[in-house]
Amino acid sequence: MNMKQYFQAASLQEAYLKMIESSGNSIIGGGVWMKLSTKKLDAAIGLELLALDTIEETTDSYEIGSMVTLRQIETHPDLKKLSSGILSKAAGKIMGVPFRNLATIGGSIMGKFAFSDLLAPLLVMDVALVFYKAGTMPLSEFLDQRKMNPDVLIKIIVPKTESHGYFHKVSTTALDFATLNLAIASGSDGIKMAIGARPSIAVRAWKAENFINRQLKPTDADIEQAIMIACEELKFGSNNKASADYRKTLAKAYLKRGLKEVMYGED
Amino acid sequence: MKINFVLNGLPKTWVIAPGEMFLDTLRNHHITSVKRGCDSTSCGVCTILLDGKPVPSCALLSIRVDGHVITTVEGIASEVEKIANHFGEEGADQCGFCNPSMALTVYALKMENKHATDEEIKAYLMGNLCRCTGYIAQHKAIHKYLGDES
Amino acid sequence: MKVVNKLHPSVDGKGIMMGRPAYTDDLTEANSLIVKVLRSPHAFAKIIKIDTSRAKALEGVEIVLTHHDFKRIPFTRAGQGYPEPSPHDKFVLDEYVRYVGDEVACVAAVDEKTALRALEMIDVTYEVLTPVLDFEKAKGNPSIIHPEPEIHEMFPIGFDPKNNVAASYEMNVGTIQEAMDKAEVVVEEVFYTQACAHAMMEPHTVNARIDVMNRLVLYSATQTPFHVRRILSQTLEFPLSRIRVIKPRVGGGFGGKQALHGEMFVSAVTIKTGKPSKMVFTRNEVFESTYTRHPMRITMKLGSMKDGTLKAIDCHILSDTGAYGEHALTVFMVAGSKVLPLYNKVDAVRFHGHVVYTNHVSAGAFRGYGAIQGNYALESTVDILCGKLGMDPIIFREKNMMKENETSPIFEIMGEGTAGTAMNMDSCKLEFCVKRGMELIGWKETYPRKQVSEHKVKAVGMAIAMQGSGIPYIDMGAATIKLNDDGFYNLLVGATEIGQGSDTVLAQIAAEGLETTLDKVIVYSSDSDLTPFDPGAYASSTTYVSGNAVLKAANEMKRQLIQEASHVFECTPEEVEYDGETFLHPEKNQKITLKQLSNRLYYNHGQKQLMVTESYVGTKSPPPFMAGFAEIEVDLETGEVDLTHYVSVVDCGVPLNPKLAQGQVEGGIVQGVGMTLYEGVHYSTKGVLATNDFLTYTIPTRDEIKRLTTEFAESYEASGPFGAKSVGEIGIDTPPAAISNAIYNAVGARITKLPITPEAILRAIRTGGTS
Repeated sequence: MNMKQYFQAASLQEAYLKMIESSGNSIIGGGVWMKLSTKKLDAAIGLELLALDTIEETTDSYEIGSMVTLRQIETHPDLKKLSSGILSKAAGKIMGVPFRNLATIGGSIMGKFAFSDLLAPLLVMDVALVFYKAGTMPLSEFLDQRKMNPDVLIKIIVPKTESHGYFHKVSTTALDFATLNLAIASGSDGIKMAIGARPSIAVRAWKAENFINRQLKPTDADIEQAIMIACEELKFGSNNKASADYRKTLAKAYLKRGLKEVMYGED
Repeated sequence: MKINFVLNGLPKTWVIAPGEMFLDTLRNHHITSVKRGCDSTSCGVCTILLDGKPVPSCALLSIRVDGHVITTVEGIASEVEKIANHFGEEGADQCGFCNPSMALTVYALKMENKHATDEEIKAYLMGNLCRCTGYIAQHKAIHKYLGDES
Repeated sequence: MKVVNKLHPSVDGKGIMMGRPAYTDDLTEANSLIVKVLRSPHAFAKIIKIDTSRAKALEGVEIVLTHHDFKRIPFTRAGQGYPEPSPHDKFVLDEYVRYVGDEVACVAAVDEKTALRALEMIDVTYEVLTPVLDFEKAKGNPSIIHPEPEIHEMFPIGFDPKNNVAASYEMNVGTIQEAMDKAEVVVEEVFYTQACAHAMMEPHTVNARIDVMNRLVLYSATQTPFHVRRILSQTLEFPLSRIRVIKPRVGGGFGGKQALHGEMFVSAVTIKTGKPSKMVFTRNEVFESTYTRHPMRITMKLGSMKDGTLKAIDCHILSDTGAYGEHALTVFMVAGSKVLPLYNKVDAVRFHGHVVYTNHVSAGAFRGYGAIQGNYALESTVDILCGKLGMDPIIFREKNMMKENETSPIFEIMGEGTAGTAMNMDSCKLEFCVKRGMELIGWKETYPRKQVSEHKVKAVGMAIAMQGSGIPYIDMGAATIKLNDDGFYNLLVGATEIGQGSDTVLAQIAAEGLETTLDKVIVYSSDSDLTPFDPGAYASSTTYVSGNAVLKAANEMKRQLIQEASHVFECTPEEVEYDGETFLHPEKNQKITLKQLSNRLYYNHGQKQLMVTESYVGTKSPPPFMAGFAEIEVDLETGEVDLTHYVSVVDCGVPLNPKLAQGQVEGGIVQGVGMTLYEGVHYSTKGVLATNDFLTYTIPTRDEIKRLTTEFAESYEASGPFGAKSVGEIGIDTPPAAISNAIYNAVGARITKLPITPEAILRAIRTGGTS
């Protein structure tokens, strides 16, 4: 990696101050994604002294430190059950075990990777991000922001829920980036849907959610209608992996299977 | 900068540069069992154990090794010999380039979950690519190794 | 048989896994200069000016070389016997660059950082030319990729660079038009295959030093050390006797290391500076700047009678050899010669076409070597024909395919670059392979398809294939066996171990021939000074050609040993009995062990060094055969395909090491599956390779390979060592057609372009036909 200096922050404030010192300074999570870029850093800032690598349980949530690895998320006994374990499942589909032992959830989120498999489940689980300066904000708000002032991500708050979840990743091979990924959660506060790697970044299908959550007892026809609305409101694009049309076809097929699974427990 | 760590049971102090990756550091110190196969952290042949857990050494900043324990195949030779025997019996040894990294990952799997099913073996080793064997013979060998209590 | 046809772990597997230094980059000289190559950003351009002064002035830079520094001697990088069938169309560095990634200049510096920095300081002015990026528009294109006057073919191969043609070929058996006119049912289809990457785990690498005898010594990750040595000598005008090429352990080749990669550069640097140097390709460079498979367009036309008797095969191929013509003609020919004879009882065959240059990455040798492309087209079209005939595809094949003791006129006509060699199929177990494969896949229960759930259909498909065993009358392999004290042997072979197990299998042959145990045969291979000649690891020749040389040497060594024992017993050799360990004269009650005899020969009486060298040239190339069966599940809503089971039944003669042979088959199957379903190749409109790392070029992972069943037919090839043929390539040939046929059986969609994507399947389902 191209850097002039490696700086181990002894506190969040130190990390933040180092960060704003120069636009050439950047926090490094696991470094696995950063390594792929040719960016030349002045100072790389490491947070390993700040104990941000634990998953804590509170009465109504799980707090995942930003330096928690994907492997920790994949194997955490409680996360494996939350919303049918969609977050653990998605984490477990990213590259291989060695990779996941280094890659952090913080790095994955801050990178705003369109191909990310984590963002769709995180969105439907209504997680909130806690930043050093900006405080708490919903993930969807963070993803919507075009430009944000430099900040240090401290933790991710995942609300406890009884909801059922569904996650699916379509890819050519198991190690490939997603051709499409999607997540659904269904619980007492309704149904939530998010589709990512469209190829653009994961977003909630708000209109489709509004529609289906207005139905007292959604029928098969309602499901079809909701899917149609989702495919209308979300933009799909073409690239070497697949055409926009085909992505839409995938979205339709897997939204249907997912909705049936979370709503009726069908497999 | 200097890093102090343990390599295969022995304390080491090595001089490294800030952005140096540990794979290069290892090979510069003649630990040739760890190999480079790609530049995008996607092949697995550089896998080593960091505090007993498999990590890609090509993406591990050498500065982050400070204070930790590193294992390469030289450090678990008798276990690797066992794994090699099983690979040999299944004809799973072809070009061998992925084999040292495979041995470390397989050893880590045994430490983590020695009752791993065949599906779990595959999932654990997903990030260790092989282009020679077609995988099946390797899985047979690993299955046998996991059950090997000798 | 005591040693062959038995499982033996490879002789080197344990040492490799335990981390002993073994590969090229483990064996570099300390303080080697790091060699880096400046590569073209343009698909086609002329270097108008190249200024290396800033780079040369950088501290730590030892030397910078451009096309001005090399004498213009055209050569081919292809590792083949001399004179090569590939055109001599490459200069070490040229004023033209012909693909994105082509070599512009080379730098040697004290470390990687400095070398890379120096690359940035080389100032190049390019005249950007219009690249040819569509191989169907290459022939006769106004943009001439090879205008140089010095380039040439080594013998007529149809080399016509003014029309961007690297090679042309046509052969006829009978009169195709007549035979096709007489046919009652005719089908024709066009197929496209892609420029797959070998994706071997070890990137290309080579290092050089001047040794104490003032000779240039290379360690190279190569499949052809002797060809490398010769090509270096001829091109750099450096005496052949002062070059030594050693091939250490290689981390995979599959044909991708059957041509020069960095050897010219490290040699030039080391010769000019006197200092050791090394070059390690990045993974991007391996994808962008080594070699690919030849992408092809294959037009396959079959004519048959209504009763299913195949009468005529008309095959045209357009092959894209990329920027340079390595292996251009020979891969093209194998697409016909190792495919079309499968249906040997036809009245007429025409096989023709050309190989064109484009401004793509240079194509070269890759396992299967044309046979996989040709097989995809032929075996798919056979199923199409069966559909039109209303005939079962197994019954059609059993009726028309090659059988034991038959022959095909194609063998005599088509060799590798030149005329071929007539031969009968002394061993051909295709019938058994087909029948046994059907059992193992559950053909009768599933064919053509079964609905397994609301949106999933299961189906089966199959294909038959053949390959070859070495190149007759051209490739010579040799082996030396030396007796040591203590009664063990050194086996010295030029044959090139690249992970396929040749060291192990050749040691097994020697041990069997010498009637000793494997641990008493120590193999050392592929050193141009210390081992006898071998062409290298290609054309599936090691077991058959090199193995026959080993067997000859073992037999001669045994004869000499018995002769020596007869001196000890003072009798005639015929009176000596030998079981591999003890020499016996029963009547005189004399005995001496091999150990005792070897010590005596070294130290005590009638001392001599027993050392035998034998050579072998094949007089035929007996094909291995196989039947491949694919079982798949197709998702009707998304087109996604799961390969749930692949069955391979192989006739490779006697498998000398059954588990290693199985590994060859299965490794090939998975590479073939990759080409069929997963390995898409994409270029930008400007000719930049987009699929240039493991993130974008997706080879099969463990998840895709659910179940492989591999069996060998009982077979025996008398001309092969202990009955063996070959097994290195045959495994890769069947998956494209077998899987494509299965998909057709599943959903009625015929996909004629590789890789087969779910999107293409869905599109074909919707449009009701071919995609």
